[in-house]
Amino acid sequence: MKRLVILGAGTSGTMMANHLVSKLPKKEWSITIIDQYKTHYYQPGFLFLPFDVYTTKQVKKNGKKFIPKEVDYIQQKIDLIKPEDSKVILENGDEISYTILIIATGTKIAPDETEGMHGPKWYKNIFDFYTFEGAKSLRNKLREWQGGKLVVHITEMPIKCPVAPLEFAFLADSYFKNKGMRDKVEITFVTPLDGAFTKPKATKALHYLLEEKKIKEVTDFNIERVDYENNKIIDYADTEVEYDLLVTVPTNMGDELIERSGMGDDLNFVPTNKTTLQTENYDNIFAIGDATNLPASKAGSVAHFEAEILTENILRYINGEPLKEEFDGHANCFIETGNGKALLIDFNYSHEPVEGTFPFPGVGPLKLLKESRTNHMGKMAFRWIYWNMLIKGIHIPFVSATMSEKGKKLEEVNE
Amino acid sequence: MKKLIVNREIDVNEEGYLLEFKQWDREVSECIAGECEIVMTEKHWEVIEYIQDKHLKEEPLSIRGIKKSGVINIKEFYNLFPGGPLKKATMIAGVPKPKSCI
Repeated sequence: MKRLVILGAGTSGTMMANHLVSKLPKKEWSITIIDQYKTHYYQPGFLFLPFDVYTTKQVKKNGKKFIPKEVDYIQQKIDLIKPEDSKVILENGDEISYTILIIATGTKIAPDETEGMHGPKWYKNIFDFYTFEGAKSLRNKLREWQGGKLVVHITEMPIKCPVAPLEFAFLADSYFKNKGMRDKVEITFVTPLDGAFTKPKATKALHYLLEEKKIKEVTDFNIERVDYENNKIIDYADTEVEYDLLVTVPTNMGDELIERSGMGDDLNFVPTNKTTLQTENYDNIFAIGDATNLPASKAGSVAHFEAEILTENILRYINGEPLKEEFDGHANCFIETGNGKALLIDFNYSHEPVEGTFPFPGVGPLKLLKESRTNHMGKMAFRWIYWNMLIKGIHIPFVSATMSEKGKKLEEVNE
Repeated sequence: MKKLIVNREIDVNEEGYLLEFKQWDREVSECIAGECEIVMTEKHWEVIEYIQDKHLKEEPLSIRGIKKSGVINIKEFYNLFPGGPLKKATMIAGVPKPKSCI
């Protein structure tokens, strides 16, 4: 019997288990998925939890519900991958041999990487919203906060869902307006990049949002430390930004398992071929989603498109056929802009987000790179799609794994 | 768009970043550096080579990467490329600036 082992039962791992269970011949193959956690979180919901838009119940479910019965689900912490022996060692000492391994261990926040961040003020007036605990603590803080300087901050790139911090700033503007206290809050967006928007088309189309919402930008800010005693963040050029409430996106890193196994780069991401999803160093190991070092966005939609292509490449690998070099970095993301509106962006490795319609060329109904209520409805409907279609590996109609160039104003694109 | 750099037509984007890495050479680099009021030294070239190497390997550039590179420490990096060192150093290196998805 041959065995395919998936490490991680998050968005990517769960999708792969669902895709492969019907594709691998049952007489020859068994599938095992390993994850230490019982709960499967709807991570896009962490953006809404702080603003009381979603309840805690709406963003978490028992992960087991989404793993097919035929798949062996092991709830254990993984201690080590031994790629030379094609084995995985669990924390309890069990050894699991594999024929093929899929790494889907994701990315985590690493607030310890910045001096003073993960200190006595963590979850007092310094918060993340990339974890369930962070988003929930921040919700409780916002419920009672009387106003002051709100600083929304990105530590360094790459981060999961790169637009989420900007969405957070937009939603904060709406939230405080609705509470009748917007005049008591100053919102500042602090980024290591050279703007809240970094691509020419998006900057031109969307910069008005910052002005309209009176969000201040501090750019090229590379944080050196958090001075939690005096409530300010300080960068390497000695620029200081004061805060009363700091909402930060800490450094993102791959799982420590990858570091322990000696399989990652500086940030514990796994070097992976960007078109085939096979890892660079081992033919029988593949990687998907946030765990890879791909130059694509770390986002659920990217993982979704990768899963369709990876499924095909696993089958090709088993049959001894050449792998398809098909993944193009496709991402498709709704961006909340507040006041019940949202944007939609669609892009890949070589094309920046542009204006147009989606998914039907010239028709829509969704508009690319423009604010609309329909896009917001799309984002809200997505939670249902996630739980009921996406992680179950059900194809989303009309949305293809590679990016379509139809219905888009691509003619002026240059990077 | 085209920009005349050392009497050659070079393809650049609206912000002045090279679109074709193969059009880059040290002369072009020195000229762009001059526009940023930077005079290139041996140490500058070491940093430029490190940045180009990361770009060719498609690895993301960050201040952390510079810190761990062994080429230079961060204070020196700021001294060599004052005011937004990553965006200036990438422009001089002929590679795209670090960016987000929008």
